[in-house]
Amino acid sequence: MIQARVLIRPKEGILDAQGKAVEGALPALGFSGIEHVRIGRIVELQADSTDQLEELCEKLLANPLIEDYEIETISG
Amino acid sequence: MKWGVLQFPGSCDERDALNACQIAMTALSFGGGSGEAPSSARNVVGDLTGPASLPRLVWHEETDLSDLDGVVVPGGFSYGDYLRAGAIARFSPAMTAVAEFAAAGGPVLGICNGFQVLCESGLLPGALLTNERTRFICRQGDLIVGEADSPFLSGYEAGQTISIPFKHQSGRFFAPPDLLDQIESNNQVAFRYAPGQNPNGSLNDIAGVTNEAGNVIGLMPHPEHAVEGFSGSTDGLGLFQGPAIAAAGAGS
Repeated sequence: MIQARVLIRPKEGILDAQGKAVEGALPALGFSGIEHVRIGRIVELQADSTDQLEELCEKLLANPLIEDYEIETISG
Repeated sequence: MKWGVLQFPGSCDERDALNACQIAMTALSFGGGSGEAPSSARNVVGDLTGPASLPRLVWHEETDLSDLDGVVVPGGFSYGDYLRAGAIARFSPAMTAVAEFAAAGGPVLGICNGFQVLCESGLLPGALLTNERTRFICRQGDLIVGEADSPFLSGYEAGQTISIPFKHQSGRFFAPPDLLDQIESNNQVAFRYAPGQNPNGSLNDIAGVTNEAGNVIGLMPHPEHAVEGFSGSTDGLGLFQGPAIAAAGAGS
């Protein structure tokens, strides 16, 4: 089995409301000098091969209109 | 006209949608309703006294829509809205059937989560993102009816203002610039938020769009919650009556 990790994040230029909310909370917590917070997600999975991973990302894990993805193979 | 309303695990507005379909059809068959329905619409609506034309729920595993004249994809949190709102519902057997139904020209109305499902399915253009301010919004608001050529809008006038509840957390309509241009130039905007009332940061104030053919429509606000006087507005009825009015107009 191949262990893979898919990183999905909002496309550059799209307002990431979650990231903005987190960024807005930082000064109150005493953090300064941190900006451009963007929030995505990581999907970890095991697969027989890497053949279908691209299609899986295009069809389900990411919405190509609004999200970019990267597939990282950890072991296999 | 017989409506079907999809029901996914996690749907929550399907009963209101079912109720809206029934009220809308009953109002048409008795010559009432929100708009001026042509009297020939009565023939299309058919006999509402028998069970054959009463709207029904369509469980997400069902694939036979042959008894239906129109389909509503309702609001809620289909499959828990995991991954992205609407992303998993898109792969349900019922949605495969809805895609075929739509391709054959059948009228399909997506409300809120249903709009998200139709966008994820590729039946409607664009995507819905988390509201600009990340909050869940729930309030009555105004929409301006667009110029889209769709049977669903035949009970309204372009430019008309209607009062419909807004109730969502991921309703920020987005499309990349080229797709947005295409939606605008094809007149696929069905509804815009009234000036100053865009609650979520939607591009061009877009609250609802149609597909190119006009037989598939989706909107974030909830017309099914605006069909009875006690709720303060019956402006939502037109969406559920539109296809019947259009069919009656075409047939007369």
